[in-house]
Amino acid sequence: MPDPTDNNMRAATIAVLVENEAGVLARVIGLFSGRGYNIESLTVAAVDETRRISRITIVTTGTEMVIEQIKAQLDRLVPVHKVSDLTMEGAHLTRELALIKVVGRGEHRVEALRLADAFRARVVDATTESFVFEMTGNADKIDAFCALMRPIGLAEVSRTGAVAMLRGATGLTA
Amino acid sequence: MSATQHADAAALTMSGAEVVLRALKDQGVEVIFGYPGGAVLPIYDALFQQNAIRHILVRHEQAAVHAAEGYARSTGKVGCVLVTSGPGATNAVTGLVDALMDSIPIVCLTGQVPTHLIGNDAFQEADTTGITRPATKHNYLVKKSADLARVVHEAFHVARSGRPGPVVIDLPKDILINKAPYQEAPPADQPHRSYRPQVEPDMAQIRKAVALLKAAKKPIVYAGGGVINAGPEASRLLTDFVRMTGFPCTNTLMGLGAYPASDPQFVGMLGMHGTYEANLAMHGCDVMLNIGARFDDRVTGKLSHFSPGSKKIHCDIDPSSINKNVKVDVPIVGDAGRILAALIAAWKDDAAQPDREALAAWWRQIDAWRAKDCLRYVQKGSIIKPQHAVKRLFEITQELGKETFITTEVGQHQMWAAQYFGFDKPNRWMTSGGLGTMGYGLPAAMGVQIAHPDALVIDIAGEASILMNIQEMSTLAQYRLPVKVFILNNEYMGMVRQWQELLHGGRYSESYSAALPDFVKLAESFHGVGLRATSADDLDRVIREMIAIDRPVIADICVDQKENCFPMIPSGAAHNEMILGPGQEGGVAGVTDEGKVLV
Ligand SMILES: Cc1cc2nc3c(=O)[nH]c(=O)nc-3n(C[C@H](O)[C@H](O)[C@H](O)COP(=O)(O)OP(=O)(O)OC[C@H]3O[C@@H](n4cnc5c(N)ncnc54)[C@H](O)[C@@H]3O)c2cc1C
Ligand SMILES: Cc1ncc(C[n+]2csc(CCOP(=O)(O)OP(=O)(O)O)c2C)c(N)n1
Ligand SMILES: [Mg+2]
Repeated sequence: MPDPTDNNMRAATIAVLVENEAGVLARVIGLFSGRGYNIESLTVAAVDETRRISRITIVTTGTEMVIEQIKAQLDRLVPVHKVSDLTMEGAHLTRELALIKVVGRGEHRVEALRLADAFRARVVDATTESFVFEMTGNADKIDAFCALMRPIGLAEVSRTGAVAMLRGATGLTA
Repeated sequence: MSATQHADAAALTMSGAEVVLRALKDQGVEVIFGYPGGAVLPIYDALFQQNAIRHILVRHEQAAVHAAEGYARSTGKVGCVLVTSGPGATNAVTGLVDALMDSIPIVCLTGQVPTHLIGNDAFQEADTTGITRPATKHNYLVKKSADLARVVHEAFHVARSGRPGPVVIDLPKDILINKAPYQEAPPADQPHRSYRPQVEPDMAQIRKAVALLKAAKKPIVYAGGGVINAGPEASRLLTDFVRMTGFPCTNTLMGLGAYPASDPQFVGMLGMHGTYEANLAMHGCDVMLNIGARFDDRVTGKLSHFSPGSKKIHCDIDPSSINKNVKVDVPIVGDAGRILAALIAAWKDDAAQPDREALAAWWRQIDAWRAKDCLRYVQKGSIIKPQHAVKRLFEITQELGKETFITTEVGQHQMWAAQYFGFDKPNRWMTSGGLGTMGYGLPAAMGVQIAHPDALVIDIAGEASILMNIQEMSTLAQYRLPVKVFILNNEYMGMVRQWQELLHGGRYSESYSAALPDFVKLAESFHGVGLRATSADDLDRVIREMIAIDRPVIADICVDQKENCFPMIPSGAAHNEMILGPGQEGGVAGVTDEGKVLV
């Protein structure tokens, strides 16, 4: 039971199955901005073309009471099929994809490749003075990689935001 | 081929506009409140050629929505609105938000530029679905003729089911003109793909509630607008349950009439301007049963001090209302009527008995609070006290025994209406609670009078609020709606003046109602009758005359300009820090800046 005097913030990764229809993303984003909730990341894509279902993954933080509210508010949107707080439902996987451009010459290039190897980042584009690395992982891993690249010549970062799924046999269906 | 497919093929002779009207008719719509314009001309053309649906031409689109709200709240049906694109839709927005805040079922059809022009800044284009997204429970933009009938049926289902609210359907003009297939509404038992509000309560939760209630020593039932939303049967069940248990019952502003005001177990409205006994009983109770109320800030006061020692049971159809402001111990999601029926059944099954001795002591305490007589006022001399004006209005309508419906504007007069007009039945009281929209009362009264042509419908108004939708006097005249506007004219935005007096050092910044019209002449120029009472001796005569006239009437009741509305819980204060009346304002000196920031 949420306790209003509990001011401890927690992170939550919430999976939302929605009708794949115009305006649904605006409804979800408008809900967060209108009610003052945090969005750390939000991703969306169609996951079932025949049944016209999209999956939105939201990473947010809030007190227990706020997170309860977020879930209830999402659930009452008409095109929302299912809301699942993966953080509470058990062990789950979180992955994010990032493209990271590093610019530099000489020793910096060697160092960049060495680090990329350690982080299992792949080179997906190269010129004589740049690399673009592709990497997947959780947000912390990508953050760490970017931090290490900064002094070497980090030029640009593009990240997808998290997608997530429960471990084990149970699936989330609409 | 199924029967419906046959019907589809046959129906391809209908234009989109005709499909819309047919769907409205199948949804039981008898009246639509609207205002024409280019984008909705096809619907107006179709309206012209049929007799099933009556159109009421308002004078401003905001009023169309409030009229539909009055219609809906007084009948339990969905109110229906039709406005044009651009300014028609934007004018409707205040009404939509009002209906959203107060959970009123509305379907609002808005015209839109043709689909191929959407996004081009076309003439009278507005992003209506964008603008109304946070102003509605749900909205639709119909881009395919094939979707039209389904969307209209679905809109009504969404508006009236679960927690009711306003739904907008944005209709591009080409969709209205092109031929479209008709489909019947889906059968009531066919679930929606994604929207399935929970109606039936969880019996385990009901049993937990019964266990708490029967052990209670200082219980209270706190019932709100959700009981009205659930239909008159829910009010009857609430009354049964409260009488069975012998518990005290309080209603929110939105819940007035859910429990009979004349019943001895009713302790009055609670909250900022609620009674002393209701607020202290809430503060001191050990078990609180909330049915269909949302722990609004006007009700709870300072949250950290709200009913500190109680176990709380919260029954609400909307899970997002639960644990939003106040943490509760036993949440019960479902329809108030079904929950009350289940509570009564479980109470009987259990052969539950309240703790009679404890309850008797609790009532002795409540009676001691009641003895403060917190709503007393002194009417002496010729200056009319506004409380007295409402009290006499109530008593005279009681005496005449006419079916009476009251609407209000927003301000002190609204609170006095809530305090001094007793409602024994649901659906007789329409007020703008959540949004607090000045200008609500007159159009709402119009909608009520359309639904109840023979009833006495009175808008208890303030002289400032009434000017916000005064143009509707013209609608009253056109449709011969004998609505009575009872203005408590204090020549101030009294509620603003009261806050300035109590919280801002008596600096009455811009709260004087200067350059008022002559309301008697104003009524006459709108083909109505104007009456005025300037002295206490005139009051009864004016009230009786107003009621006797079978035409629109404005009664300008000139009341004490400096009267304040008490009791009052100042913002940021707790229930037990209530100010009872003049001479006690000292209590307000203690309002902190933290309190002052609150609205
Ligand atoms: C100037 C001013 C002063 C005010 N002062 C006061 C005051 O002193 N006291 C006061 O009480 N209010 C006051 N208000 C009104 C206040 O702002 C709120 O509108 C009001 O308190 C809300 O009433 P409610 O809790 O009954 O909820 P409502 O707004 O009526 O909400 C209904 C609740 O019931 C639920 N519900 C809906 N349908 C069902 C169903 N079928 N079954 C079960 N649940 C359902 C909804 O989900 C919602 O949670 C004032 C307003 C103004 C403008
Ligand atoms: C549309 C709108 N604008 C402003 C307000 C703020 N407001 C609340 S009460 C009030 C004064 C109302 O004055 P009046 O209608 O004369 O009523 P009184 O309080 O004097 O009874 C104002 C301005 C509001 N509620 N609605
Ligand atoms: Mg006034």
